[in-house]
Amino acid sequence: MDKRSEMHRRERRRYVIGYGGSLLLTLAVFLIAYTYGIETKGVYLAISLLGLAQLIVQLVYFLHIDRRRSSREDLDLVLFSTLVLLIIILGTVWIMGNLAVRMHTYPM
Amino acid sequence: MKRAPSHSYPGLNLGRRHESAHKATEVVTFGFWVFLMSDLVYFGLMFAIYITMIDAQAGGPGPHELFDLKSVFAQTMILLTSSLTVGLAMLALKYNLPRSRIVLWFGVTLVLGLSFLVLEIRDFMAMAEKGGIPQRSGFLSAFYGLVPLHGLHVSVGCLWLIVLGIQLRVFGLTDLLMSRVVRLALFWHFLDLIWIGIITIVYFGGLTYG
Repeated sequence: MDKRSEMHRRERRRYVIGYGGSLLLTLAVFLIAYTYGIETKGVYLAISLLGLAQLIVQLVYFLHIDRRRSSREDLDLVLFSTLVLLIIILGTVWIMGNLAVRMHTYPM
Repeated sequence: MKRAPSHSYPGLNLGRRHESAHKATEVVTFGFWVFLMSDLVYFGLMFAIYITMIDAQAGGPGPHELFDLKSVFAQTMILLTSSLTVGLAMLALKYNLPRSRIVLWFGVTLVLGLSFLVLEIRDFMAMAEKGGIPQRSGFLSAFYGLVPLHGLHVSVGCLWLIVLGIQLRVFGLTDLLMSRVVRLALFWHFLDLIWIGIITIVYFGGLTYG
């Protein structure tokens, strides 16, 4: 019973840490946007890096994805899907962006 | 009989205390991850379309006239908190807390999910009043293809919460229902991940590059 409640506390703490971390990152993103405005690329770079950090925090603390050997197969699935996703997104943006430049709808 | 390892699939595991439910959950959870990942690829396509369409505003209203960051901030907070409460529901289940506790966290999650949807629909209505309707420009078509798709997922999640809540009341904590709660929690966390992509790419990205 004691060991159980100990484990319960630990797993609950894990969720609360994940929540606290995500909360801080979200507040930071909106604070940056509010203070500096959202016009410049530098600000956007900071915002997207914080977004990426929050993705990782939630994957680890909420979805419990990590490098534990027993969940390796599923981690492979997630990584492979991410690879497919990156190829789709980056490929689309690259090709369509290049097309737009050649059609002169974008300034060079 | 070989015992299932205590941690055998991503996401919170039911563990040894629910041995039979744990084993039954392992395979279906893997299948559910395959579904989530294919859903992720679908969302990824919509993101890619949105990124290529950011400039295609055809003289219509753009991100600066249409997006309301205060409302987006509120929606983000609500969805993030609901991700925590669905996790707490899952923990209540795992550690055999009274069923009322599970139903309580389910209820809180449902209320948060519905408030998220109300705010989102109010945003869409405000956008439509300013002339931001899907057929106005490629940018708006891409926006309405992506953000309401996420909203639709949240609606389905809410419906799932209601159905599962009723099933828990009627049937009690059977193995099948426990494994369904695990999948619902995964689905809900996944929606929160997609939402981070939406605020970063659709809202902030739109405001920066649109």
